[in-house]
Amino acid sequence: MSEINDILNRCQELYEDLSLGYVQRWKEMYGKKAVGFLPVYVPRELIRASGMLPVGIMGGGDQIEIIRGDAYFQSYICHIPRSVIEMALSGKLDCLDGMMFPSICDVIRNLSGMWQLMFPEKLSIYFDSPQNFESDTGGIFYQNELKRILDEFSKLSGITATDESLRDATALYNQNRRLTQQLYRRRADKPWEIPTSELYLLLRAGNILEVTEHNQMLERYMALASKENRKPLDNSRLVLNGSFCEQPPLGLIRALERAGGYIVDDDFVLAGRMIKSEIPLKGDPLENIVEAYLKDSKDVPFKYNIENKGDELVESFRENRADGVIFCAASFCDPGLLEQPMLQGRLDKDKIAYTSFQFAENTGQYQVIREQVGTFSDTIKLWGGQ
Amino acid sequence: MTEKTAREVLKDDSMMIQKKLISGHYNNLAQAREKGKKIVYTFVPGNIIELVRSFGLLSMLPEIDSLQSAMRKKSDQYVAEAEKMGHSEDVCTYVKCHIGMIQSGIPGPDGRPLPEPDLLLLSYTGCFTFLKWFELLRQRFKCPVVLLQIPYQAEGKITKDMRDYIVKQLKDDVIPALEKLSGMKYDEERFKDAMRKSSQAEEDFVWTLNSAKQKPSPIDAYFGGVYYVGPIFTYFRGTDEAAEYYRVLREEVTQRIARKLGPITPEGPMRNEKFRIVVEGPPNWTHFREFWKMFYDEEAVVVASSYTKVGGVYESGFRHDPENPLSSTADYCLGCYTNLSLPSRVEMITNYIRDFQADGFIVHSVKSCNSFSAGQLLMLREIETRTGKSGGFIESDLVDSRYFSPSNIKNRLESYFQMLDQKKGGRS
Amino acid sequence: MKCFYGIDLGSTTTKAVVMDHESHIIGRGITNSRSNYDAACEIAKTEAFIDARFGLLKKQSRKLEDSEAVFKKLRRAFELEEYLEQLKTLIHELRQSLDEPRFKNNLRDLSEFIGLLEPRAIQYGEQVYLKDDKPGSDFFRDNAAMVYTRVAEEFCAKKRLSFDLTSGLFDRSIIRVENQTYNIDFDDKIQSAYERLFGRKNPNPKLLDAINMSRGTKLEETLGVGTGYGRLRLPFPKKQIRSEILCHGLGANYMFPGTRTVLDIGGQDTKGIQVDGEGLVSSFQMNDRCAAGCGRYLGYIAEEMNIPLPDLGPLALDAKKNVKINSTCTVFAGAELRDRLADGQQREDILMGLHRAIIFRALSLLARSGGIRDEFTFTGGVAKNQAAVKALSELVGENYGKDIKINIAPDSIFTGAIGAALFAVREYKDKGDNP
Repeated sequence: MSEINDILNRCQELYEDLSLGYVQRWKEMYGKKAVGFLPVYVPRELIRASGMLPVGIMGGGDQIEIIRGDAYFQSYICHIPRSVIEMALSGKLDCLDGMMFPSICDVIRNLSGMWQLMFPEKLSIYFDSPQNFESDTGGIFYQNELKRILDEFSKLSGITATDESLRDATALYNQNRRLTQQLYRRRADKPWEIPTSELYLLLRAGNILEVTEHNQMLERYMALASKENRKPLDNSRLVLNGSFCEQPPLGLIRALERAGGYIVDDDFVLAGRMIKSEIPLKGDPLENIVEAYLKDSKDVPFKYNIENKGDELVESFRENRADGVIFCAASFCDPGLLEQPMLQGRLDKDKIAYTSFQFAENTGQYQVIREQVGTFSDTIKLWGGQ
Repeated sequence: MTEKTAREVLKDDSMMIQKKLISGHYNNLAQAREKGKKIVYTFVPGNIIELVRSFGLLSMLPEIDSLQSAMRKKSDQYVAEAEKMGHSEDVCTYVKCHIGMIQSGIPGPDGRPLPEPDLLLLSYTGCFTFLKWFELLRQRFKCPVVLLQIPYQAEGKITKDMRDYIVKQLKDDVIPALEKLSGMKYDEERFKDAMRKSSQAEEDFVWTLNSAKQKPSPIDAYFGGVYYVGPIFTYFRGTDEAAEYYRVLREEVTQRIARKLGPITPEGPMRNEKFRIVVEGPPNWTHFREFWKMFYDEEAVVVASSYTKVGGVYESGFRHDPENPLSSTADYCLGCYTNLSLPSRVEMITNYIRDFQADGFIVHSVKSCNSFSAGQLLMLREIETRTGKSGGFIESDLVDSRYFSPSNIKNRLESYFQMLDQKKGGRS
Repeated sequence: MKCFYGIDLGSTTTKAVVMDHESHIIGRGITNSRSNYDAACEIAKTEAFIDARFGLLKKQSRKLEDSEAVFKKLRRAFELEEYLEQLKTLIHELRQSLDEPRFKNNLRDLSEFIGLLEPRAIQYGEQVYLKDDKPGSDFFRDNAAMVYTRVAEEFCAKKRLSFDLTSGLFDRSIIRVENQTYNIDFDDKIQSAYERLFGRKNPNPKLLDAINMSRGTKLEETLGVGTGYGRLRLPFPKKQIRSEILCHGLGANYMFPGTRTVLDIGGQDTKGIQVDGEGLVSSFQMNDRCAAGCGRYLGYIAEEMNIPLPDLGPLALDAKKNVKINSTCTVFAGAELRDRLADGQQREDILMGLHRAIIFRALSLLARSGGIRDEFTFTGGVAKNQAAVKALSELVGENYGKDIKINIAPDSIFTGAIGAALFAVREYKDKGDNP
């Protein structure tokens, strides 16, 4: 077996291991704690600087049968909180000593309160991020929020983050951001060399692995991928949008690729890409993390934006020389689905072609979606996306 | 219900005051353009209506427009309109109803069109959808937007950082935006004066809600409560008229208590109080009366509800404080019900069941409002465990009648009340 | 004797149970629900009282020689009388329907057809009720349709008539037959049945004595309680109506006194109920407004796959692989099914997956209502499906432990009606205690 397959198999194992065996072993080996976080973004630097392992939890996908999780959610609520609760109640998340709930929507927000009620022995942090992006208004609030969280972490781990440990962590995650972006650029350049299903697994591995390990993995993969001698196909180039929180099952991602489209940009697993460039290491490390979020983070549906809605999507479309956009949003995702008509309006203005469908993380059948995307892909190849 | 009692209901002085307030407001709105009045759209939870009014500006509340559309049986058509425009069936119907209404020319209650906004004051409290809602409106109206973010009370308490953040936004963003729109300088005295009136009304409002501790309860604190919260949650808090409304209401309720009368319902007065119930969750507006009647038919009176707290929680002592206008505004916003954590909500309802001596509680879960609904099934279990009282669970929606199935809801309510009846002692 | 009855007006069938004052079940009746709820109730009740009379008769005739066989024969003969009574109505309605304009052009042929049908239908009834071991359906509609179709096919082929025409005629008429209450006079019909079997000469005087005894017992309709999906339409005062939740709880407790948790999967809804030691409900949950994951879902699947509904379960039991089905939505069921068949998955594997999907939904509902406690009683139409029972047993074992005792009653379809009848007895006794 080739080395690239070894890497991918490792990723696949991590992806499928909902009981987080890696995290358990890591904790035992280092005698340290681990903190989970739900989509979309938390500054993982804080967790690392407090001597703990950050673990991204993105639901149970299509690999877990839901009994108890459904008991807590009405049919009109998206799927991810069900599988997260199911995993927690079946002991799969026992190795997480704390959990962070980013402020992205009412469902994840309320899940933080459910956690307080159901798992009172665990640290549960609602992570409120600012919608005001001025340094001396939203910035101050955000900084105070981060300080509060660092306090909690210090109580949990017994390790108090210092400027130095924060800087070190930032440097490591900078490297991770750099490599991830490189991976994305490489895929956009030669999508046949880096299939999206592989890229996706690598991203998911980054949710679990300690960051230096993940950095090595990314580097190694990229070095190997170019030697694989994979041949380009006559596929269309697509930008995928809408899967920023609940994730489509891997099978669906593969089905999209098989439908004749290269995905050249997407919003999967944003934890490592939310901050667009590297965070400066000079100066106050916390302030730098705050400023990066305020001024240099991705445009996502849970962030307030009236001035240039959709510009980033159009930019990605152009930069990545795409032919069309696919909206791939989770059913019942309020922020994603309310954002969509605005983004579509923006695409219409530039006469960019798009198609849309919805999924749940446990969607079992892809045939309809495959046909839809296949047809879309053929059409834009014939007539052009613009 | 006899014709006589129906007229009695309408003749209640408080009701007349409220009617006058509302029709006056909509009249002002309809004439706003010709009179050169500027319009601010803003949301109910955490609204800062006193401040807006102190600049001589008129306000409109989209949730109110949506729910009134539903009561006028227009919402289905508006929702359909929005879905035709590409909005998903899955998302909040308040938003879709409002967008459909705008698409139809924003017809007011008397048919005259209501004005478009000159400013969108995005008071972002306890609901993420508000953000998207005004982003969508902004795409259409191209008017300025000013954001007021209210941090979430995840830990069940208000911190100085939260308060400072809000005050800073008020000073740096909101007040300048209102000054710019109105051409008037911020007049703190005027603002303080309104807050004094708010706090006066709040005193009588809390008294009214607490009157439901009496047996029989003189009010229905959910269906009836919707009317009682009207002035204070919407356009009129901080006015003399609203203060007068609550003074008169208090007098009327005092009389009802003295005469040991139950609440008045559209079906007539409630003659027997068989069940005392606490309700969590907003009402359905497309079948409001039918829904109320289902409780009436079972002789169930709602003695406390969380819905009457979405525009402010006053029972624990909070009042708008004219001495600290900005920081008390911040506290007001932070304290609204949907900005509270799930454990706080559980505790609140548990206390209601105890303090109002309720026989049970019902969770009305609406499809549109995840802020309310996500986690309600856990709340149900928790509250049952803490109080030993059984909870009932029903589902529908705010303004989309497709989700209100009368026979299904009636079936569940009947089953629930019969179960309570059994538990109360009667074996059958 | 004082009799108490409970009626459960369900979405597909209407059930009635008669009890004596000591809460012993003395009769059961069932009919298909129809647009006329009053008729459905009346018929189910009549059937239950007839069943009660046969119960008495059975007790009386126990001493007779070969009593089992004789009794069975007599009962079948009685059912034949009922069949013939309804057949008479059907023939009448068929003739009436001919007045409708759409039959105008074929009046002669259709009249001839009805003339042919009547004797054939009588013959068919005699065959089914007196000679065959295995009865047809419990419901007149099914039996009549069977013979009607047979005769119509022959007739239409011969006359080159459209088969749709005769089916149309049947559909029009049978609805009217079903919406009438038929008056079965037990005294009269049992006499006819006896005479049909033994002739007028009375060769079996002891049996006749038993019949007369049963005939002579006064069954007094003391009090009835109604329940079920359509209970609001029942011709009862509000006081005599109970929710099916309460009735199912109490009925399950009656059948299995150790019951603490009840799962009922019916045609249109699924209920998870927790009861105390006396069968009083302490909490419950019902499914969403749609029929996803209910009995009706299996009905759609059966139609989609062109398999008779009762065969679904047995087929699914042949499954070799675990196929995961995510949607229990009746709307998407067909599409998902076709997808999977197209994918080359095995029919029985898919079917088992579907059964598991239904049980998953039910378990969620149960978890909402407070989980599963020992003993656990499974009722409703779907409880008759072996694949559903298998899936349930496995999943309950995995999630709540193997120690939970699962009760499944063969006649669990009557659970609601039993509960209602119990309420009737209680109501009467309570009134007696506190006049």
